[in-house]
Amino acid sequence: MKLPQVASGPHFHSMFNVPRTMVAVMVCLAPATGFGLYQFGWPAVLLFAVTLAAALIFEVLSLIVAGRPVLPFATDGSALLTGWLVAMTLPPWAPWWVGVLGAFVAIVIGKQVFGGLGQNLFNPAMVARAMLLIALPVPMTQWVAPMGLKDGPGISEALRITFGGGPGYDAMSSASVLGHVQSQLDAGRPMPEILSSMASLHDQFFGLMAGSLGETSALLLLIGGLCLVSLRIIQIVTPLAVLGSIFLLSGAAWLIDPEHFVPPLFHLASGATMLCAFFIATDYVTAPVTTAGRAIYGAGIGALIWVIRVWGSFPEGVAFAVLLMNAVTPLIDTYVRPRIFGRTRSGKPLPLAASAGEKP
Amino acid sequence: MIRFSLSGLKPSTLFRVRGGVHPETRKFLSAGSAIEAMALPALIRVPLQQHIGAPAEPLVKQGDLVLKGQLIGRARGPVSANLHAPTSGKVIAVGHFPAPHPSGLPVPTITLRPDGEDRWGPRLPRLRPEDAAPEEIAARVAEAGIVGMGGATFPAAVKLNLRGKYPLHTLILNAAECEPYLTCDDRLLREHAEEVADGAGIMARALGVARIIVVVESNKPEAASAMRRHNLGMGYPIEVKVVPTQYPMGSEKHMVKAVTGQETPARALTAELGIVVHNAATAHAVHLAVRYGEPLISRVVTVSGRGIARPANVRALIGTPVADLIAHCGGLSGEPEKLLLGGPMMGQPIANLRVPIVKGTNGVLALSPSETHRSAAMPCIRCGSCVQACPCGLTPFELNARIQADDLEGAAEVGLLDCVSCGCCSFICPSNIALVQGFNFAKGRLAEKQARKHQQEETKRLAAARSAREEALAEAKRAAMAKRKAEMAAKKAREAAEAAAQPDGEVVK
Repeated sequence: MKLPQVASGPHFHSMFNVPRTMVAVMVCLAPATGFGLYQFGWPAVLLFAVTLAAALIFEVLSLIVAGRPVLPFATDGSALLTGWLVAMTLPPWAPWWVGVLGAFVAIVIGKQVFGGLGQNLFNPAMVARAMLLIALPVPMTQWVAPMGLKDGPGISEALRITFGGGPGYDAMSSASVLGHVQSQLDAGRPMPEILSSMASLHDQFFGLMAGSLGETSALLLLIGGLCLVSLRIIQIVTPLAVLGSIFLLSGAAWLIDPEHFVPPLFHLASGATMLCAFFIATDYVTAPVTTAGRAIYGAGIGALIWVIRVWGSFPEGVAFAVLLMNAVTPLIDTYVRPRIFGRTRSGKPLPLAASAGEKP
Repeated sequence: MIRFSLSGLKPSTLFRVRGGVHPETRKFLSAGSAIEAMALPALIRVPLQQHIGAPAEPLVKQGDLVLKGQLIGRARGPVSANLHAPTSGKVIAVGHFPAPHPSGLPVPTITLRPDGEDRWGPRLPRLRPEDAAPEEIAARVAEAGIVGMGGATFPAAVKLNLRGKYPLHTLILNAAECEPYLTCDDRLLREHAEEVADGAGIMARALGVARIIVVVESNKPEAASAMRRHNLGMGYPIEVKVVPTQYPMGSEKHMVKAVTGQETPARALTAELGIVVHNAATAHAVHLAVRYGEPLISRVVTVSGRGIARPANVRALIGTPVADLIAHCGGLSGEPEKLLLGGPMMGQPIANLRVPIVKGTNGVLALSPSETHRSAAMPCIRCGSCVQACPCGLTPFELNARIQADDLEGAAEVGLLDCVSCGCCSFICPSNIALVQGFNFAKGRLAEKQARKHQQEETKRLAAARSAREEALAEAKRAAMAKRKAEMAAKKAREAAEAAAQPDGEVVK
C-alpha cells in the first residue's frame, strides 16, 4: 500500500469548503436576482451577464499577472460572487461599461491588489459601488420603472440599450425611495405628504418599483438571507445587529420628530438594507470573526447607514457604511476575543477558589 | 427508560461547553457487532513504552519461555507501567521494531512467538477490594500495568494515588467516546456494564470519593441504559449522565465543565477541583486486575471504516499486529486513503501494517477517500468557523497566521499553549488549512526553544557561579596573604621593639 502522508489529525473533514460556500451564497441570492432580471427585462439580463463575465476575466488576468495558480482560484466562485453583488447594485439599464468598470474596480483594486482571496481589507463589491457612485453620479442614478420581461424592450432593443450607448429610454432620475424623501424634505414638504406620494410600503417590500437591478425586493432578499442562516453559512447575529440598530435609531428619531424623519419600516423595507444585512455585512473576509465582534460591526453599519441616509448627501449609505466599518474590523478583532478555556478575560488562569465556588 | 434519558438531558443538570463540531459519527458501521475474540496471532510485539512516562525495563531475554500474564517489563520510575506477556510462548527477540506511530521509528520491543497453548502463569494474588486499603488497590493497579485506555495512556495508578494531595469528591467515568467510528467503549458498557460498575466502585474506594458519574453521549442510549441497570459499584451509587453528542465532549476538562459546571483553570489538574476522570475501559481493566488478578494484556479495539470488509469490535491481545486485526475483520476492501490507530479526529496515521496495537489503541481505521473529504488547501477567508468551533476559546486562524510568520512567541501570547489539538478547527475549516498540524509543529518548536533557553541560562548561571567561586577563592587567598604579611610585619615590629628595649641582650627566639 502507498505510504500515507504523515500529518496530524483530524484525518477527515467536514463537507464544507470555499467553493461550496460561495455557490450556496449565490443560490440564496438567486431569487431576488431572478426577480430583478424579470422585472427589468433584457437590458438587465445583458448587464448582469457582462458584469459577471468581466469579473471572471479580471480575476483570471490578475492571477496570471500575480503568477498564482489560475484554476483553483478562478473556480472557487469568489470572483463570480463579487461580480454578482456588483451587478445587483447597478441601475438595471446602465450601459455595459459601467458593469465592466465596476467589475474591474471590485476584482482588481478591491481584491487582487491586496493579495487575492481572503486578503482584502474592504468589501470588493462595496468598493466598486462607492467608486461608481462618486465617479459616475449620472449613470448610477438613472432608473427605470419595472416593465417585466415580456412588456419591456426586446433583445435587439436591449442590445442597443446596453451596448449602444446613451440613454434611449425614459429615465427616472430619482428612484431611490429614501433619496426621494430627502430631496422632498429639503424642498420643505412635510413627511406625511411625501410618504403618500411614494410607492406604498407594500410595493417596496415586494419590490414592485424602480430600483437597482437586484435590490428591489426586500422580501426575496430576506428569504435568501434566512436560507443562508439556516445553512449555517452566516450567523444570524450580523443581520440582526444591522437591522436592529437601523430600526432603533430611525424609530427613536421618528418618535421624536415624525415630521422630519422617515418611519423605521421604510428603512427596513428597502432592498439595499436587506442586501447589506444578509449578504454584504456577513462577508467573511471583511467582517470580524467573533460573535460579539460581529454584533458590534453590524450595529455600527446600521447606525452609519441611518446617519448617511438622514444627513449625508448621497441617496444611499450602505456602501460607505460598510467600508467605514471594514476599516474598524482589525481593531474589533484585536480587542473582542473569546475567553480562553480555563482563563479569565485578561488571560490569567482562573482562580481555583472561584471556580470551586460555582459548584452546583 | 425514556423518562430517564429525558432527565439526563435536562439542561439544569448539564452545562454548556463552548465550541465543538458535529462530525458524522459513522458508529453504525461497528456499533451493532458484539465484542468478538480473535485467534492467536503468529507473532506478538510488545513495545516497552506504551504509556506516558519512562519506558519499562525488560525482564526477559531472547529464548526465554514465558507464561500468559507473566511480568516481562518492569516500570521504571514513578511514572511508568509494567508490561505482561499477553500469551504463553517464547521470547524470540528483545530488540527494536517500528513504533505504532506516524514516524515508524524503531523502538525497544519484546517479540514473542505464541506457543498456541495460551497457558496462564500465576495470577496476581487475590484482593478483596471491600477490605483492602486504598493504597493496596492502587498498588495492585500499578502492578497490573493499567494505563488510561482512552488513548492518553497515563499510568492509572498515579491518578489513583492523588487522594492524599487533593481533597477529592467525585470520580467521573468517561464513556463519552466522542471520536467518530469508535464503538469499543459503547460495546464494553452494553456487554459488561456490571464489571465496569464494579471497577468504578473499586476506583472510587482507592480515591476515597463517594460520588461516581458515568458520562455517556446521547448517541449511545443502550450503553446508558445498561449502566443505569448496574447503578451500584461496590456499594457506591453510580449516576449516569447523558451529554449531547458533540466532539470533543470526551476531553477531560470539557467533560468536567459539561457535567459539573466547574471550569478547570489553565495549567491545573481536574483533581484540584476534587474531580478525577478515568476512562470506562480503564475501570473494566481495574475490575479484572483486582477481582481476578489479571494484568492488562488485552483490550477492545474497534476495527472500522469503509476500507474494512467487515467492521467489528475485537478483544485483541496487546501486541497483536494491525495486519492480523484487519485480516480477522475480512481484510481491506480496496486501497484505503488513510490507515489510522485511534479515531479520525486525533488518531495517528501509520505506514506499516505490521506494527502492533498497544494499551492505548482504541481503534484501527481504514478510511476510503469518500470518507475523508480531503481537498487542496486554500487561503484563509477569515470566515471565523475555527473561532466558533474552538472548544478552548482560541482564534486558530490568527495562531496560524502568526506561526506562518514564524512569530512563535506571538502565537503563544494568543494562547497556543492552551490548544488541546482536538482538531475541531481543521475539521471545520472551509479552506482545508492544516491548522492543528501547524500548532503541533509550533508547540514542538517552542518547547525546544524554551529548553535551549533554559539550558543557556543554566550554563550561564553555572559559569557565573564558577567565576564567583574562583573569585571568592582568590579573594580568600589574598586575604590570607595580607593577614600573614600583617602578622609578619607586626612580629618584626615587636622584635624590633624588644631589641630596642634590651639593647645589650640577645634576641630571644
